[in-house]
Amino acid sequence: MLTISHVSKTFNPGTVNEKKALQDINLHLEPEDFVTVIGGNGAGKSTTLNMIAGVYPIDCGTIYLDGVNISRQPEYKRAALLGRVFQDPMMGTAANMQIEENMALAHRRGRKRGLRWGVTKEEKEVFHEELKRLGLGLEDRMTAKVGLLSGGQRQALTLLMATLQKPKLLLLDEHTAALDPRTAKKVLSLTEEIVTEERLTALMVTHNMKDALRLGNRLIMMHEGRIIYDVRGEEKKKLTVEDLLKKFEDASGGEFANDRMILAE
Amino acid sequence: MGILLAIQGAVSQGVLWGIMALGIYLTYRILDVADLTVDGSFALGGCTCAALVTAGMNPWLSLVVAVAAGMIAGFVTGMLHTKCAIPAILAGILTQIGLYSINLRIMGRSNTPLLKTPTIFKSLASMTGLAQNWVSMIVGAIFVIVLIAVLYWFFGTEIGSAIRATGNNENMVRSLGMNTNTHKVMGLALSNGLVALSGALVTQSQGYADVKQGTGAIVIGLASIIIGEVIFGKKNSFGTKLASVVIGSIIYRIIVAVVLQMGLNTDDLKLLTALLVAAALTVPVILDKRRQAASYDPMTDKKDGKGGK
Repeated sequence: MLTISHVSKTFNPGTVNEKKALQDINLHLEPEDFVTVIGGNGAGKSTTLNMIAGVYPIDCGTIYLDGVNISRQPEYKRAALLGRVFQDPMMGTAANMQIEENMALAHRRGRKRGLRWGVTKEEKEVFHEELKRLGLGLEDRMTAKVGLLSGGQRQALTLLMATLQKPKLLLLDEHTAALDPRTAKKVLSLTEEIVTEERLTALMVTHNMKDALRLGNRLIMMHEGRIIYDVRGEEKKKLTVEDLLKKFEDASGGEFANDRMILAE
Repeated sequence: MGILLAIQGAVSQGVLWGIMALGIYLTYRILDVADLTVDGSFALGGCTCAALVTAGMNPWLSLVVAVAAGMIAGFVTGMLHTKCAIPAILAGILTQIGLYSINLRIMGRSNTPLLKTPTIFKSLASMTGLAQNWVSMIVGAIFVIVLIAVLYWFFGTEIGSAIRATGNNENMVRSLGMNTNTHKVMGLALSNGLVALSGALVTQSQGYADVKQGTGAIVIGLASIIIGEVIFGKKNSFGTKLASVVIGSIIYRIIVAVVLQMGLNTDDLKLLTALLVAAALTVPVILDKRRQAASYDPMTDKKDGKGGK
C-alpha cells in the first residue's frame, strides 16, 4: 500500500542548526497494516508522517502510495489519498464553521469542488448517523460552531472527518497526546474501532508504549532519523514494555534516562 | 434643512461606498488577510470607468470593465502573495503603488470630469424625473441587495465554504485536499472586483474621477466594518453581517456629514477617520481588560487559609 524508499530529510543544511531529521528511511506497508510508531523526542516520527503527507519536500528517495508516486506532489494533492489527525486538536477543524460544514468539507476530500451547495440534505443525514457513533451527543449540535467544542470533541470529530472518505492511509500524529487521560482513552478506542471496521491502513505515532503494544499488528521504533526496530504479528504480540525499553536503551546508549519520562505512561 | 440634505447625500454615498466595504469584508474578515490593494483598486475602478465613458462607452458596460480591472488587480496581489511568498500586506502595497501609475496612464491625466458625459445616474434621473441623490441611493441599494444575495449564495457553495475555511485554518484545508493558494487568489480577486465596482459607481455619481480618490479607502472600509460590528454585534448570521457592513458604511458617512456641518475642516477628515477606527478597535480590548480586572478576586478576606497569606 505504502512504499517508502531511501527517503532522507535534512533541515537547515549547511548551517549550525543543521538537523538530519530522516536518514535513509525504507518502509513498506501492506494493505490493512496498522502500524504504531514509537521513539524519543526528535527521532523523526512526526517528520516521517509529514513527509508522507507532503508538508515539506523530501531531499531524496521516493514515496509510493497505492501505486501512485507521490514523492513530489504538493500537500493538497496527496490529501486525496490520506486521512490525517494531528496532535493539536485545533489543527484539524475550522473553529468558526459549523460541525456539519466541517464534515462537508472533509466529505469532499479529493473531489472537485464547484458551485453546488456546500452541505446537502442527504449529507446531513449521513453526518448525523456518523456523529452518533462518537457517543458525544454531537449529532444534536450539528449547526454549532466547532470552536465551541472541547479539545477531545474536536479530536474525535477530526478523526471522523479523516475517515469520512475512506483514505488509502490514515496518519495519526500523537493524536491523543494533548488530551486528558479519560478523553485520550475514548479517542483511542474510537480509533481502534474505526480502523478495524473500515479495514484501514494506518500509521500511528504515540508516546505511550502500552498503546503501541496493544494496538495494531506491527510496531516500528525510530531513533535519530532511522527505523531501528520493526516487528509484526505474533512476535509483536509477545513484546512487553520491558522489551521495548531494553531495545531503546541498546539503541540510544546513555540517553535512556532522559527519555524515560516520555516512555512511561 | 441643510443638515437633512447633507444626510441624504451621505446615505447615498454610504450605500455606494458600502460596496467597497463589502469587498474589504471578504478579505479582512473572511480570508483573514489585510489587503491594502484596495486604495489602488478603488481608484482603478473610478479611473477605468471615467476613461471609458469619456471615450464614448456605455456607462453600464464601463462598470463591467471596471470590475474586471479590479479583479485583475486582486489577482496580481494574490499571485505576489502566494507564488512569490510576499507577505499579504506588502503584496497589497506593491500592487497599490503600481496602480497609481497605471491609473494615471489609463486617464492620461490626474483628474477626469464627467460633466458632459452620460452616467447611469444622469440617464436614470432624466428617465424617472427623480433627483440625482435619490437615484444614487436607489441604484446603490439595488446593487447592494443583489450583491449581498449573490455573496450569501456564493459563500454557501462548495468553493465558497472552502474559501471561508481557508481564512479559518489553512492547515486543515490543505489536509482535506484543497489548494489554499487558489482560494486566496480567488478571494482577493473577488474582493477587489467589488472595490473597483464601488469606485466606478462613486465616480459616476460624483461626476469626476481622480487618481487620488482611493487614498484611505481601506481605512474607511475598516471603519464601516467595525461600526457595523459595534452596532449589530459579531454573532449574526452571514447575511446580517454583510448587511451590517453596508449600514456601517452609511453611518460612517452620516458621522462625516454631521461633523462637517458642525464646522470640521475637510483636511482633518482623514485624521478623524483614523482616530475613529483606532478607537473602535481599542475600546473592546479595554472593556475586556476592565471586566477581567473587576471580576478578579484575590480571596484574601477568606479565613480558611486558602487565599492570601
